[in-house]
Amino acid sequence: MITFTLNGKSTQVDAEADMPLLWVIRDLLQMTGTKYGCGLGVCGACTVHMDGQPIRSCATPVSVVAGKSVTTIEGLSKDASHPVQQAWAEHKVPQCGYCQSGQMMSAAALLASNPSPDDAEIDSYMQGNICRCGTYPRIKAAIKSAAKFVEVK
Amino acid sequence: MFIEQLQQAKSVSVLHNVSRRGFLKAFGISSSALVLGVSLPNLSPLRAAETGDGKVNLFVSIEETGAVNIVCHRSEMGQGIRTSLPQVLADELEADWQQVNVIQGLADARYGSQNTDGSRSIRHFYQTMREMGASAKAMLQQAAANQWGVPVSEVSAKQHRLVHTSGKSLSFGEVASAASQLTAPDVAQLKFKKKSEFNYIGKGLPLVDMQAIQTGATEFGQDVQLPGMLYASIVRAPVIGANVASVDKDAALATAGVVDVFQMPERSFPVGFNSLPGVAVLANNTWAAQQGAKKLGITWTEHDNQSHDSAEFLAQLQERVKTKGKVQRSAGDAYAKIDTAKSKISAAYSVPYLAHAPMEPPAATAVFKDGSVEIWACTQTPQATQNTVAQVLGIEPANVTVHVTLLGGGFGRKSKPDFSVEAAILAKHSGKPVKVVWSREDDIQNSYYHSVSAQHFEAGLGEDGKVQGWVQRAAYPSIGWTFSGSANEPQSWELSLGFGDVPFELADLSCESHQATAHARIGWVRSVCNIQHAFALGSFVDEVAVAAKKSTPEMWMELIGSDRNVDPKEQGFEYANYGDPLEVHPVSTKRLKHCLNDVIKQSGADKPTAENEAWGISVHRSFVSYVAVAAKVRVENNKVTVLEMHSTIDAGTVVNPDRVKAQQEGSMIFGLSIALMGEISFKEGKVQQSNYHDYPVLRINQCPEIVTHIVESEEVPGGVGEPGTPPVAAAITNAIYHASGKRIRDLPVNKHMQV
Repeated sequence: MITFTLNGKSTQVDAEADMPLLWVIRDLLQMTGTKYGCGLGVCGACTVHMDGQPIRSCATPVSVVAGKSVTTIEGLSKDASHPVQQAWAEHKVPQCGYCQSGQMMSAAALLASNPSPDDAEIDSYMQGNICRCGTYPRIKAAIKSAAKFVEVK
Repeated sequence: MFIEQLQQAKSVSVLHNVSRRGFLKAFGISSSALVLGVSLPNLSPLRAAETGDGKVNLFVSIEETGAVNIVCHRSEMGQGIRTSLPQVLADELEADWQQVNVIQGLADARYGSQNTDGSRSIRHFYQTMREMGASAKAMLQQAAANQWGVPVSEVSAKQHRLVHTSGKSLSFGEVASAASQLTAPDVAQLKFKKKSEFNYIGKGLPLVDMQAIQTGATEFGQDVQLPGMLYASIVRAPVIGANVASVDKDAALATAGVVDVFQMPERSFPVGFNSLPGVAVLANNTWAAQQGAKKLGITWTEHDNQSHDSAEFLAQLQERVKTKGKVQRSAGDAYAKIDTAKSKISAAYSVPYLAHAPMEPPAATAVFKDGSVEIWACTQTPQATQNTVAQVLGIEPANVTVHVTLLGGGFGRKSKPDFSVEAAILAKHSGKPVKVVWSREDDIQNSYYHSVSAQHFEAGLGEDGKVQGWVQRAAYPSIGWTFSGSANEPQSWELSLGFGDVPFELADLSCESHQATAHARIGWVRSVCNIQHAFALGSFVDEVAVAAKKSTPEMWMELIGSDRNVDPKEQGFEYANYGDPLEVHPVSTKRLKHCLNDVIKQSGADKPTAENEAWGISVHRSFVSYVAVAAKVRVENNKVTVLEMHSTIDAGTVVNPDRVKAQQEGSMIFGLSIALMGEISFKEGKVQQSNYHDYPVLRINQCPEIVTHIVESEEVPGGVGEPGTPPVAAAITNAIYHASGKRIRDLPVNKHMQV
């Protein structure tokens, strides 16, 4: 039995220690906002936060998060009010939407560590998140908008 | 799209009031009062086969609460169709968008085609949606007129209300029930709104699914959860044509969480949409299924395809296209003109196999009970799913219910229902709900691949510096093989995608094809054969321009010639024109030239650049729309950096300009991935790549600034999802040439330079 905090709630799961956090969240806890894309940690679709840091849940054994606090897209805000979520709507970022949970989680972590990233910093931080639909120009614009919102706040 | 390539899809529609036909329940609408359906008469046996009895097509229903339910029968995969089609209907209906619910249609032949590919949802259903909206509005107006005892000419509809000239009004909900008792009006009598009266058409309405995406509440094929469900991971035959020879299940069965191992049925050719042979592991969760699958001990039967080596195969095709092939289109005597020319230019181009790699790998969930199966899948083709599953299980299509989830990208991969067939087989075997989860490796190694291709182009230049004589040849395995098991050369409908329809005003022309046998499942990837055709044509025009010492735009203008509509059939070519009549969607050189001129003007591609930087351009008509691309690159120390990409698209009437812009951005990025990095290779019949690390797709740090210009037009709508992809590769490689002197004729660029 592994215990961790998920979106603010204490959570216990009966899982093999090496089962990736992604499948614990999706299959055992049935929260499907976090997506599978590659299983190797190279596409970013499964990005969640562990104690505020972005991690690839597909390549993180659940044993690693024991005692830690995990946040998924469902926990980023209660009502899509996080500046990143708002900026995503403002710039009409999503196309199919599949990668966007991971994109928003990475973007939120970026802004938490760097409130006003420039283009190069956005490229560098976000290059681990693939969007096959090609929403990159809007992701970049949305992160800049969200950054302004964070500053004002 | 190819099932329908030979058919003429334009039909005359007839409206019916279908309120009393029992559709309400089928679509989960509780208290609808007015429900409209529309029939499309079938024009060909192929269409009849796809659409069944052809009775009812799209519809809208209006509840007594005033809620308007609009069915989207097309699959949402990022193009925004769940927003764009309903916004057309809502506009003609004068509905308030805030009171519109979008309902995803089940697989149902009565809708007509639900095959969401070929860039035709708006192209083929824009007018139908307008008719549906206008008809419903007319019925509401009539019902209000009846209630008031006034002539219907005195009643208008405005923002969800029926308004009398006196000023009194009724809400849609108040007359919905009465309207449902009326007979649907004759389409010919319908009045449509003028462009100046549109509330929603032409506006960038936000996605109806935006909030769900923002909060992770979306349901994709991979996300379906049913009580008591098993998760399946399947190891499929690595060589197409091979079957399972033996399987050692013990280690897999001993894996924690694994409950069953099942050998999938053997298969032969044609592969079609059927499941592949292999061995499935069923478990309590995805991870356990995948771990169990890794422990299977499988040996495979021998098959000739295990000798397939894509590099050797491409070399054979390249050799073949050096010689005269099967003439598909000809005018004058191109060979004689080239022989007598002052100078001759020739070049060979190649594009490798490609895979779609949508972010969401295929997934399908099925339940089999009492001879019926219910499926939830991220499918582009719900009806092909229904029919293929019915055929494989030996049951009637009526006993196959297909729910369409959101698609995490499609790009043509999810047009093939093989993964739903797998889920249905396993559900029937296990008696429990089964979700088949494809891994990324499964996706990359068991795709329906874009064909490897070789092309050869030749042209003569006369004393006057003008082109005289033009020969182009293409060889690639056909999509037709997938469905026939025998087709061994490009089909005319494949050559219709930017090869045989070359829009040049040349007296002497020869378009030819060569044989090529398939050794893998060949499918269609976003923009299909336009990918290789536009790369070769766009590159060769640039090469001819250089040889003739002219600018590339000048050479395009000279080759395209006068303003006219091109009919490739006049020169013997069996031209498919994306399934549409040329009278409705002509090949207009005027529109093609306008896009090219516009993108140059907007981008400044005719202006000088810094050292080691240059612009490249190309222009292409596909899916009856026109797109010109200008790309600016920097080349330093053999490393390519793409700085800017601009496009001008003429897609006729545009419903949602923001989504058109998004599709341009996305399809150009898709094209840039292909140009710079896209390559699937085979050795010993097996795909050599497995995941995004060795089948790279474009990342944000490689993405240039992108600017989109949409031509203002009142022409009928053209395709939007795909036409942005084809001109990109040539624009990029032309820019690389002009920046560095290095000509890339063999994609991807990263085989030759750093990207």
